[in-house]
Amino acid sequence: MENTSQKNINNEDQSMSQDTTEKSKVILESKKANVYYGDMHAIKNVNIKMRENSVTAFIGPSGCGKSTFLRTFNRMNDYIDIFRKEGEFYINGKEIYQKDVKVEELRKTVGMVFQKPNPFPKSIYENVAFGLRIQGIKNKSVLDEAVEKSLKQAAIWDEVKDNLKKSALALSGGQQQRICIARALAVEPKVLLMDEPASALDPISTAKIEELIYQLKENYTIVIVTHNMQQAGRVSDRTAFFYIGELIEFGKTKNIFTNPKEELTERYITGRFG
Amino acid sequence: MNNSQINQIKDKAFQYFGIFCTLIGIVLLVIFIGSILIDGLGRIDWNFLTSLPSRKAEKAGILTAWSGSLWIFGLTAIFAIPLGVSAGVYLEEYGKKNWFSNLLEINISNLAGVPSVIYGILGLEIFVRTFKFGGSLLAGSFTLALLILPIIIVATREAVKAVPHSIREAAYGMGASKWQTTYTQVLPAAGGGISTGIILALSRAIGETAPLIIIGALAYVPFVPTSPLDEFTVLPMQIFNWTSRPDHAFVVNAAAGIILLLGITFLLNGIAVYFRNKWQKKVKW
Ligand SMILES: Nc1ncnc2c1ncn2[C@@H]1O[C@H](COP(=O)(O)OP(=O)(O)OP(=O)(O)O)[C@@H](O)[C@H]1O
Ligand SMILES: [Mg+2]
Repeated sequence: MENTSQKNINNEDQSMSQDTTEKSKVILESKKANVYYGDMHAIKNVNIKMRENSVTAFIGPSGCGKSTFLRTFNRMNDYIDIFRKEGEFYINGKEIYQKDVKVEELRKTVGMVFQKPNPFPKSIYENVAFGLRIQGIKNKSVLDEAVEKSLKQAAIWDEVKDNLKKSALALSGGQQQRICIARALAVEPKVLLMDEPASALDPISTAKIEELIYQLKENYTIVIVTHNMQQAGRVSDRTAFFYIGELIEFGKTKNIFTNPKEELTERYITGRFG
Repeated sequence: MNNSQINQIKDKAFQYFGIFCTLIGIVLLVIFIGSILIDGLGRIDWNFLTSLPSRKAEKAGILTAWSGSLWIFGLTAIFAIPLGVSAGVYLEEYGKKNWFSNLLEINISNLAGVPSVIYGILGLEIFVRTFKFGGSLLAGSFTLALLILPIIIVATREAVKAVPHSIREAAYGMGASKWQTTYTQVLPAAGGGISTGIILALSRAIGETAPLIIIGALAYVPFVPTSPLDEFTVLPMQIFNWTSRPDHAFVVNAAAGIILLLGITFLLNGIAVYFRNKWQKKVKW
């Protein structure tokens, strides 16, 4: 099971639908993924492929396992004692739960933005420079450059450029979240996992973050969990609908929203659920 | 009288009782500090601070005592801080949570309540006799370090526990190792609480007499210690020694010594409060 090779993945590389990202490389993939918290079966036999430079939205009712599944891809569930997984999870063709995978290295490739903004109680600059600092980069001009670039990417440079020494905690929630995004971008990951990044934000901050996701797509593979159907519709290329741990439907966002194949999906996106 | 009236009376009664209790504490403290200031303040001068002890009260100074206290303070800090903080961080961040860690936790909390004399006996047996340090600064500060270790460990654990989990997640999510997360984020965020705990523990150590008497610190030391292996005395012992003399002039000396000791303790507490406030302002979740 550990030996699933690149070859194997390429063979299965025919996708279920046709969109602009169809021909691009599969970056994230799970095979027969199952996740348990103790006896609780949180993810049930999920197979999914997400391609390079695409945005995938995870939707579904609360508690259906979106966060759980998202966090298996940067192994953030490892810290939960009762967490257990079966099946395989690939990033760029590499099974990430194999023994030779260093989680620290993995997380430099797979960045994460959390639901609640969680900047460090340090200056804006130090927040964004953190990822590079822990990689041992000390050169001031390298750090300066990376900080500026990431803050610009995260669309918050203009708001903070004169106050880089200010504590990140003194910013508004929306600004904090963009600082967190900048922090994740600074180490130039390949993949960005975003767990409801805009759920705590006002419409203006939300719009900024959506705009940001749209631009980041050029260089990153993005997975975003959201409860906001319009948001999923606006930012994502593909949408995955989860229901009680199962992946019910996965396809082009346009199709999912206009012409879902499953009745459950339709009922969920139209708000007739219960 | 209906229920709400009774409740109001109870309320008032308790309020007055509370004020009364608070006043007792304050009044006693004011009387105590006032009488000591009256007795001793006039005695404190440069000569007093820089003179060796003497059989004549007017000549006797407190140099050996406060320099001994300073030595003890420094050495105890050097031994207790790294040990206590590391142990606290280990228990909270690294140690697995199981029955053994629960047992440890309960025991450490209990240790914080063990009478200091017991630590003195332990120190006497281990440091003075087994390691043959004699009644030296080294033996004294090791003993006091043991005494305040539980306080520092508990304070460190509390402070580390108070750091929100989301901060650790953020660091892990950036590819930080456990140690990097602890060192670069958790410890600085917990720094206020930890340093407050340390300073309060150290100010307790400075005021201790019993364990030092037991390990054989001397009340009369006619020289300033110059190495950790020297014999020593400390402020509380010098004060105790002076108060037990019949000559009133020595009681005045004792009062002056108490003022000095109080001053140092207040200063340390002040620093602790300052640190806490500064950190709290910086680290607000
Ligand atoms: N640490 C944990 N320990 C035990 N059970 C957990 C843990 N985290 C999540 N679960 C359970 O796993 C299931 C999926 O949770 P998850 O957080 O992935 O849902 P979600 O789809 O992200 O929900 P939401 O939209 O509310 O964020 C839930 O039933 C939840 O109770
Ligand atoms: Mg969630």
